[in-house]
Amino acid sequence: MTVQLEFLKGLPYFAGLDEAALVSIRRYVFEKKAERGETLAFEGEPSDVLFFVSSGVVKAFKTSADGKEQIFRIVRPGESFNDVPVLGGGVNLVSAEAMGPVVLNGIKKKDLETIVRERPPVGLNVIQVLSRRVQELVALVEDFSFRHVTSRVAKMLLEYADRKAGDGPRLTQQEMAAMIGTAREMVGRSLKNLESAGTIRMERNRIVIADRQALREMAGVT
Amino acid sequence: MNEKPVIDQEKCQGCGLCVDICTCGALALAGDVVELCAADKCGWCTLCELVCPYGAISCPFEIVVEDEGSPH
Repeated sequence: MTVQLEFLKGLPYFAGLDEAALVSIRRYVFEKKAERGETLAFEGEPSDVLFFVSSGVVKAFKTSADGKEQIFRIVRPGESFNDVPVLGGGVNLVSAEAMGPVVLNGIKKKDLETIVRERPPVGLNVIQVLSRRVQELVALVEDFSFRHVTSRVAKMLLEYADRKAGDGPRLTQQEMAAMIGTAREMVGRSLKNLESAGTIRMERNRIVIADRQALREMAGVT
Repeated sequence: MNEKPVIDQEKCQGCGLCVDICTCGALALAGDVVELCAADKCGWCTLCELVCPYGAISCPFEIVVEDEGSPH
């Protein structure tokens, strides 16, 4: 299936490029599909393909020696993963797994290097993508250092709430725990606390944010 | 009520812990694996997910905003 120009146009890597440039880049892009639970990148192994999520959701995570999982990012449509090993060399810093059926668009390392050499603005875009990634990691460290668990849960809910029902990532309590660096039981307790405070409502498989402003205050987000 | 817990039958070892803990009567063992025998009864308590030693059951939540657009 041909990669859509509109999709490429919306990617931060290729922001600001004209249609001719995008058509030229499109020949390097290939499609890959994966099912829920399929591993797309293994921590510690080399990787030479940069992936953009076209549809579905991918989690980027590390696993400790005793099997504990820490999710670093939930990669949503329009976002990329494998950036660091592809751009900087070396091995994957994290593993990546499909959280449901996903469609990916991939570019091989050598082709990406060709694109950057031919179109220097792409290089500036890459710097911006990596800068945002650093900001995200600093925010993660800040959360672990300064926020209590309920505050982290509140922040995570705000971050992953989606206005259009059905589009956002669906997260288990275990995945939420792995994202905010705590135990599943603590997530369950925090959700109950937030529900008691009236900021959220648990509706079977939906967490409804009933009072966004109050949740923002609990999350310490201004 | 279309949403159902996700059961990975390759991971399921048929230990039956989830069936024992399910207070809704939504799960049953079918041979060596568990299956959702009455999805409409599932109350999404997530105890099955919690108790499964093999990570074979997932109860994912959708996160939505109710008061989007309201004045705050």
